[in-house]
Amino acid sequence: MANQKDFPVIFELSQKDRKGYSLPSLDVPEVDLDAEFDSAYVRKESPDLPEVSELQIMRHYTALSTRNHGVDSGFYPLGSCTMKYNPKINEDVARFPGFSQVHPYQEESSVQGALGLLYDLQTSLAEITGMHEVTLQPAAGAQGEWTGLMMIRAFHEANGDFNRTKVIVPDSAHGTNPASATVAGFDAVTVKSDERGLVDLEDLKRVVGDDTAALMLTNPNTLGLFEEHILEMAKIIHDAGGRLYYDGANLNAIMGYARPGDMGFDVVHLNLHKTFTGPHGGGGPGSGPVGVSEELSKYLPKPVLTTNGDQYYFDHDRPESIGRVKPYYGNFGINVRAYTYIRSMGPDGLKQVSENAVLNANYMMRRLEEEYELPFTQHCKHEFVLSGKNQKKLGVRTLDIAKRLLDFGYHPPTIYFPLNVEEALMVEPTETESKETLDEFIDAMIQISNEAKDDPEVVQEAPHTTVISRLDETQAARKPVLRYMKEEE
Amino acid sequence: MSLPKDYRYSKEHEWVKVEGDKVRIGITEFAQDELGDIVFVELPEEGDELELDEPFGSVESVKTVSELYAPISGKVVEINEELEDSPELVNESPFEKAWMVVVELSDESQLDDLMDADAYKEMTDSE
Repeated sequence: MANQKDFPVIFELSQKDRKGYSLPSLDVPEVDLDAEFDSAYVRKESPDLPEVSELQIMRHYTALSTRNHGVDSGFYPLGSCTMKYNPKINEDVARFPGFSQVHPYQEESSVQGALGLLYDLQTSLAEITGMHEVTLQPAAGAQGEWTGLMMIRAFHEANGDFNRTKVIVPDSAHGTNPASATVAGFDAVTVKSDERGLVDLEDLKRVVGDDTAALMLTNPNTLGLFEEHILEMAKIIHDAGGRLYYDGANLNAIMGYARPGDMGFDVVHLNLHKTFTGPHGGGGPGSGPVGVSEELSKYLPKPVLTTNGDQYYFDHDRPESIGRVKPYYGNFGINVRAYTYIRSMGPDGLKQVSENAVLNANYMMRRLEEEYELPFTQHCKHEFVLSGKNQKKLGVRTLDIAKRLLDFGYHPPTIYFPLNVEEALMVEPTETESKETLDEFIDAMIQISNEAKDDPEVVQEAPHTTVISRLDETQAARKPVLRYMKEEE
Repeated sequence: MSLPKDYRYSKEHEWVKVEGDKVRIGITEFAQDELGDIVFVELPEEGDELELDEPFGSVESVKTVSELYAPISGKVVEINEELEDSPELVNESPFEKAWMVVVELSDESQLDDLMDADAYKEMTDSE
């Protein structure tokens, strides 16, 4: 690979016998491994670890870190992912010794403060979503989805209702929804969107039946549009005996204005690493609390964190629980950050979050629709989906537009998703960006559209300014090279 | 792009080539161009039953995964095992080397509901 030289892996910096550590001399008797273990288990060759100095390690990884793009380094309008700024006060609080130096096996009486924080977080999330009770156990969104569906399964089975094998998902749904339904043992059934990008009620009536276990819905949906017939949809599903599952990925659009519980949802999962500013995008950890209606409360994963008014404690006496879904109790550090965020914003602040997220998205959408096809023209919520159809006719595809945006220092929006929009480009600015940033990004998008007309090659061959230009994604998928192999000498 | 005149075509961009009482099925040049570089093809097993308009496999490209919808019903008697190691054939030779399955027709009249080359071309031109 041409770029390999500019990107030495740490193994290539290795010099024989160089060390980045100094150990004290051995002050215990040396053990003869061959005498202690079967020789088949004793390593005969050196493990070939890189031999570098401490300074080389620091420079190597510091240099790599500067090649990252994060919310702290630039605009990151990745649709459906809510890449908002993570306030640094969250980090301060998560590092308080009372939170960072506790052990999950400590006596409950010795960690009442930490448990109190978790209990208050559960209560806050229940209030924000309009649900009866919340568990913080699930580690992230997908596990939350699975937990919610297993509770719905337990509910139906407790009713002696064993024929509810189907989970309905819209054609614009997140890929995790049908995946979670499948992993939970259901068959995923698709309901179509209508010409306005909303669930087609007639099609919903067609697919619903006495085999419907649940409908999984994101509201606003993946096109950034509010499902305005949600009450009617809830009635259709409930009348058929099914339950409603709310995917909280897009809660950032309605927080403080509308609550899934009031819309008729029976189960809700939230992504604290999206809406509630847990760090996000570096692979986690996430946090995927699940809220339920009173009817489903008894199926919550145990233990359930609760209080007797005097002490906070874990209640293990939940005979109808679906059981534990994660060791310990959720990703504690992320939950501390989410709690900090909720308490720093307050109810009015959280409402303002959604208001500004929606305002920012609509501002961008109206300026960009002059250059890019906008398949659904009504006001959006916190995100919107453009189509690169016009540019495609000029030989410039959405992938090229995304690559060109790298030259302007932006993380590209989500592309080719949702699946029901051709050449989709999905933009979510979030509330934390200034109007100046939005304008600069819009100007870059307009410039790219003009380039597609006048000088398409600039776009087709982008990026031009990054350390590595366009990667061979096809080879990476067909014949991935997953680890470094030392060259034979 | 040139379309084999003797093939039939579905709305979901599959082609069907009649070979006696069997048909050979693949995806069209247009479909592979829309999908981009194909990296994985998932096919049914021999002996599986295809049901008209139902998914029977999927094609994964760098940018998306797309389901294959059965253009006709019938029993799978042969699959193209070469596609497992060489999915790029779908991009290189969609109408010939990258056939996907051979199916024993269960209802010959379903062929009449498929398009001929001209009708299919008209459909893709308007997209």
